[in-house]
Amino acid sequence: MTVFEYAPAPESRSIVTLRSHYGLFVDGEFTDGGGTPLPTVNPATEEVLGEVAVGTDADVDRAVRAARKAFTRVWGPMRGCDRGKYLFRIARLLQERAREFAVLETLDNGKPITESRDVDVPLAAAHFFYHAGWADKLDHVGLGAAPRPHGVAGQVIPWNFPLLMLAWKVAPALAAGNTVVLKPAETTPLTALLFAEVCQQADLPPGVVNIVTGAGDTGRAVVEHADVDKVAFTGSTEVGKQIARAVAGTQKVLTLELGGKAANIVFDDAPVDQAVEGIVRGIFFNQGHVCCAGSRLLVQESVHDEVVAALKRRIGTLRVGDPLDKNTDVGAINSPEQLARIRELVGIGQAEGAQLWQPEGDLPERGTWFKPTVFTDVTPAHRIARDEVFGPVLSVLTFRTPDEAVAKANNSTYGLSAGIWSEKGSRILAVANQLRAGVVWANTFNQFDPTSPFGGYKQSGYGREGGRLGLRAYLKES
Amino acid sequence: MTHALDPTAPGRADPAAPAGVPDAFADVTRSDAAFRAFLHGLPGVDQVGAEARAAQLGTRSIKTTAKAWAIDTAISMVDLTTLEGADTPGRVRSLAAKARRPDPSDDSCPQVAAVCVYGDLAGVARDALVGTGIHTAAVATAFPSGRASRAVKIADVRDAVGNGADEIDMVIDRGAFLAGRYLDVFEEVVAVKEACGDAHLKVILETGELRTYDAVRRASWLAMLAGGDVIKTSTGKVSPAATLPVCLVMLEAVRDFRAATGVQIGVKPAGGIRTTKDAVKHLVMINEVAGPDWLHPDFFRFGASSLLDDLLLQRQKLRTGHYSGPDHVSVV
Repeated sequence: MTVFEYAPAPESRSIVTLRSHYGLFVDGEFTDGGGTPLPTVNPATEEVLGEVAVGTDADVDRAVRAARKAFTRVWGPMRGCDRGKYLFRIARLLQERAREFAVLETLDNGKPITESRDVDVPLAAAHFFYHAGWADKLDHVGLGAAPRPHGVAGQVIPWNFPLLMLAWKVAPALAAGNTVVLKPAETTPLTALLFAEVCQQADLPPGVVNIVTGAGDTGRAVVEHADVDKVAFTGSTEVGKQIARAVAGTQKVLTLELGGKAANIVFDDAPVDQAVEGIVRGIFFNQGHVCCAGSRLLVQESVHDEVVAALKRRIGTLRVGDPLDKNTDVGAINSPEQLARIRELVGIGQAEGAQLWQPEGDLPERGTWFKPTVFTDVTPAHRIARDEVFGPVLSVLTFRTPDEAVAKANNSTYGLSAGIWSEKGSRILAVANQLRAGVVWANTFNQFDPTSPFGGYKQSGYGREGGRLGLRAYLKES
Repeated sequence: MTHALDPTAPGRADPAAPAGVPDAFADVTRSDAAFRAFLHGLPGVDQVGAEARAAQLGTRSIKTTAKAWAIDTAISMVDLTTLEGADTPGRVRSLAAKARRPDPSDDSCPQVAAVCVYGDLAGVARDALVGTGIHTAAVATAFPSGRASRAVKIADVRDAVGNGADEIDMVIDRGAFLAGRYLDVFEEVVAVKEACGDAHLKVILETGELRTYDAVRRASWLAMLAGGDVIKTSTGKVSPAATLPVCLVMLEAVRDFRAATGVQIGVKPAGGIRTTKDAVKHLVMINEVAGPDWLHPDFFRFGASSLLDDLLLQRQKLRTGHYSGPDHVSVV
């Protein structure tokens, strides 16, 4: 061997017990659904992992009724410190079973095991720990003394961070005293159902957490159910708009966390090597299946060539392949539908005249894969600079002055996140104040923490998740 | 301001040109002001980001065949070092014997790259290493503090070379560097390089005293421009010595320097690297930051004394399937 070839280092999947059939979790028990079960597939291998029940309107109704009963009789009246105990217990169980969750997440989603192991699962546990601490301190959330929960929360979550998005939704809802009916994404339901086992293990009272699997119709039933008080959705802007329409004119409280087309702005005084890392993390983390992905690189013209050359060199070292291998950096695209969407937009980018670049190397034959991709010579008029690709595709644009950077960064129908790279603190603060984005990272990107509110401007949605602001979305003044 | 790193910048030297102070940068050392402007114009290093990147590379999982290759490569990169006041010719000969045959029970074990001693013992080391291809390295220039007049430092280097050292590990004047007298430091390295003659020059930055990664990057460029063949983290006498983020910044510097000039400079972390795990992390970092061209003893060294023993124990473990103990590697 003349080069340093990393031998395969696969994480063992023996810790996970897959079942041929998965049911709904309603009122503390696993039950069958009324719909035709859907298979869930490992996108890296096309292996069918199991069949998952599909909830019908009747199943959703059953779940909402269980949630209402639990809210009225048990969870709503319970003292905050006691709710906190359950949340702490869940958090600890997530930690204890972290490897099981990580392997299952990687199998079902296609993301690298290092990410599920080092990001998704620890952060999910952190969200429960954080909100457990809030459960008996709701007087300090900023809604006056003794704020009240809404009641039953209907929550619909996406496939990009299945367990983590569950934690973002369930932990604050429960801490505030709501009960939940959660609908996971149809391509990634397994960790939510493993979470249901954790709820049982934690002796969480039946009905406090209900998980109804299925596709769009099931989600619609959850959102539109008349006895749901609070709706929280994370997903595409298109579906978000449908939900906003469905909820309009009702008493339901709504938060939406939708798409994004984040600008990652690199000034000529940036720490270049770390900026390159941030660009890579910004767009290739989780295969770019990140609503706040830094999919538009805005780089100052004077350092464009240098930054792009360094970026390409760095992308050349990314390891794309088996998500269970502990040395994999970029895993599989979650579904054939998403792959088709990525291919379509990349085709449009080429047709519009942008320069496509991809690193050398082969992709696995089976499964859904897409190479890390960089488009240069992109202008704000290109669709790849406007539409959310939700894949490992970076569009590189340039700017000359800070004003132009701000104007281009804000020139988007989205406004979820942004990044600024500069060694000059005053510039960072000045630019950050002008960006219309819910999260602005300075000299870093894609950093998440339960204490930090997350959410969007414009078509990236409304409401915040995380921190005190996120918790307030699950409470009202008494 | 970042022209030094721009691969398309005009005035780049021909990559095939012989080593030396690169023409492309001849003007940056024409005055104190110009040199300061150049060094301070290098892109900054974000501390949090650099440390996160180093930690991330440290999570690579190197197993089985990759681990075996890494251990042998690491052994071949060791500068087996003794730098004690109590060093004697006997101890140096003992060290040289271990350098030639690190594992007496296994002929397939590679020998180390060099033996590193104080200058007065360089002759003993050289005599003990004749015909092995193992280099004799000597520390010089009033090591480890560097607090002596330039005349004394040059004499120290000449003495070590005269005693048979073919590699000189010098220390930069950190006082002058931190005071902003970059050109003084540069000129001293140039003078030492000249005094080295054919001997290879490793320039110790003593990063534990420079403290910031920005300073490490500037000192790296200074040493490379002055003609150092290798940039080295530490004397081993100051804590912290070699750390992964410091090594990362230095690997970025040699990578960028080659891209700008065509000249490939080596890197040597020294001090504090004691385990196979640490060594493997460094190899991963070389591989992914500077590139495979640096995965060779000509361009990467570990300055270490106890590291070799752990590498040997891990090597035996891979070969036999079980751990032995410290009695299975030779003491010096």
